[in-house]
Amino acid sequence: MATLHLPPALRRFLRQPAAVAGALVLLGVVSLAATADLIYPGDPFDIVGRPYLPPFTDGHLLGTDTLGRDIAAGVVHGARVSLLIGTLTAVLVTAIAILIGGAAGYLGGKVDDALMRFTELFQTIPSFLFAIVVVAILEPSLETVVGAIIIVSWAPLARLVRAEVVGLRSREYVQAAIAMGMRDASVLGRQILPNALPAILVAASVMVATAILFESGLSFLGLGDPNVMSWGLMIGAGRAAIRTAWWMSGIPGIAILLTVLSINLVGDGLNEALNPRVAVGSGR
Amino acid sequence: MTEVPPAVTQQAPAARGGGRWRFLRRRLLQAVPVVLLIVTCNFFLLRLAPGDPASVLAGEAGAASPEYMAQLREQFGLDQPLLIQYLAYLWNVVTLDLGYSFRYQESNLSLIAGRMSATLLLMASSVLLSVGFGMLLGLVAALRRDRVEAALILLAAVLAYAAPIFWLGLMFIVLFAIKLGWVPTSGMVTVGAAHQGLAHVLDVARHLILPAVTLSLFYMALYTRLMRAAVLENLRMNYVVTAQAKGVPPRRIVLRHVLRNAVLPLITMAGVQIGGALGGSVVVESVFGWPGLGLLAFDALHARDLNLLLGILSLSSVVVVLANLVVDLMYSVIDPRVALS
Repeated sequence: MATLHLPPALRRFLRQPAAVAGALVLLGVVSLAATADLIYPGDPFDIVGRPYLPPFTDGHLLGTDTLGRDIAAGVVHGARVSLLIGTLTAVLVTAIAILIGGAAGYLGGKVDDALMRFTELFQTIPSFLFAIVVVAILEPSLETVVGAIIIVSWAPLARLVRAEVVGLRSREYVQAAIAMGMRDASVLGRQILPNALPAILVAASVMVATAILFESGLSFLGLGDPNVMSWGLMIGAGRAAIRTAWWMSGIPGIAILLTVLSINLVGDGLNEALNPRVAVGSGR
Repeated sequence: MTEVPPAVTQQAPAARGGGRWRFLRRRLLQAVPVVLLIVTCNFFLLRLAPGDPASVLAGEAGAASPEYMAQLREQFGLDQPLLIQYLAYLWNVVTLDLGYSFRYQESNLSLIAGRMSATLLLMASSVLLSVGFGMLLGLVAALRRDRVEAALILLAAVLAYAAPIFWLGLMFIVLFAIKLGWVPTSGMVTVGAAHQGLAHVLDVARHLILPAVTLSLFYMALYTRLMRAAVLENLRMNYVVTAQAKGVPPRRIVLRHVLRNAVLPLITMAGVQIGGALGGSVVVESVFGWPGLGLLAFDALHARDLNLLLGILSLSSVVVVLANLVVDLMYSVIDPRVALS
């Protein structure tokens, strides 16, 4: 390690065992999702064996569900939807948050007031309930699920971006850029946002985890895309057999827990690595 | 004995007396834009949905009798221009005319009102559980920061923060209700027992434990982490040094001074929790068969009774606004420096 010249942020990240463990688990989940079609070719909805097989029987690593579908195949394919929805939502939410939070924080005054009022409204709505209503009305599909999660979760991130921008806007180097006649968009895009990026990145990584939990809740309720295998769907389907075969809903839940946990650990690690001020301040 | 902790915003106490009513009125008025937003979103979502709004609302429940469709058309004014439709819908929600459920043979409003108490009981217990244990665990994790207890608490918090609550609920049922048989698997009362008085209260409490704990864990984990950070931060403050210097016993410093300051960020979050818990109650109530609003929403969802679902959402939002109001009032009691404005 000593001979390698790693960037300081990366070195700070690697110094935290929990964050590294999280990154490794996450890497594992991502590679399983990427190779799902190689490990378990074919449709995970296909019936491949006797129903109600416990794990480690008849060549079914994690057993089969109430219809005789392979649980391991479902878990591996389900990882795709979770990661896809998680990252897609986080990227879009971050973009919206940067637009609205950036405009509010940079322009200030009446624009700020109006945008923040608007944001507050969205924070008052019971978010999961609202997401349920949105998906139920528009029919469940990947697009509506992503859309619903975005609608209910952009507000806190927009407030965070605004707070960062407000804090940076009064800095001397930003004032200098404005005084030199730099256009607003450039000041915001080139001077302010790069410095707000660490905080935004950490929040966005947590957003991935939140979106995965949201998606699993929706598909547990039967509001996921009915043609796509997902962890929440598997838990919902296994629920009927909970007395006799708890693993049918137990196993996909462990997959969610591990994935969300690993993302949260990576997020915490990023926070310590990218915001060293915070790391010093929180005193260990 | 009154020390001045680090100043947040020092406000004159005089500003409070007469301001309390004005504050209440102002905060109640805040419910208006929220409900307006929800109504507007619902209205346009219904038009975005494929097909005639009345048939979307009536859904595939088989309940779409001609008279129901006619009632929906009238309630939403579907034969009118869009603006009139919007205003009519708005007026209905404001006057609490949420329509009639043919499935339950009851008005949606009385259905919702009837289920409200079970949900409020569940939510209140879970908020109290998460705030109480979150404070306690966070405090222990901060005061014993280099011990095993702290590590275990933080590990549990990280796990609880990552687990989907409906799954936790199911696993709790497997472990505590099915395998160990300590508590009932579902419902609110033992069917056919018809308990009275204290026996009834105990019966409900036994049914309440698992769902309340399940619903509380996520926020309990969050509060534990918040509380730990806040206690550690406050312990380094000058007012603690002052108290130590003049010989205040350590226990008293923690209980009288640190706790009061550290609990503030937690109370702020409790307002957010109420909105979150309402959403969580849909999955938790459906997992545990707890007969509240969440289960009603779940049933409405599966019967595709969207009109009822929309009513639940609108009224729940009002509950969230009211709950936030209560949280703010509590905040000003705990920290008198915060003026109600």
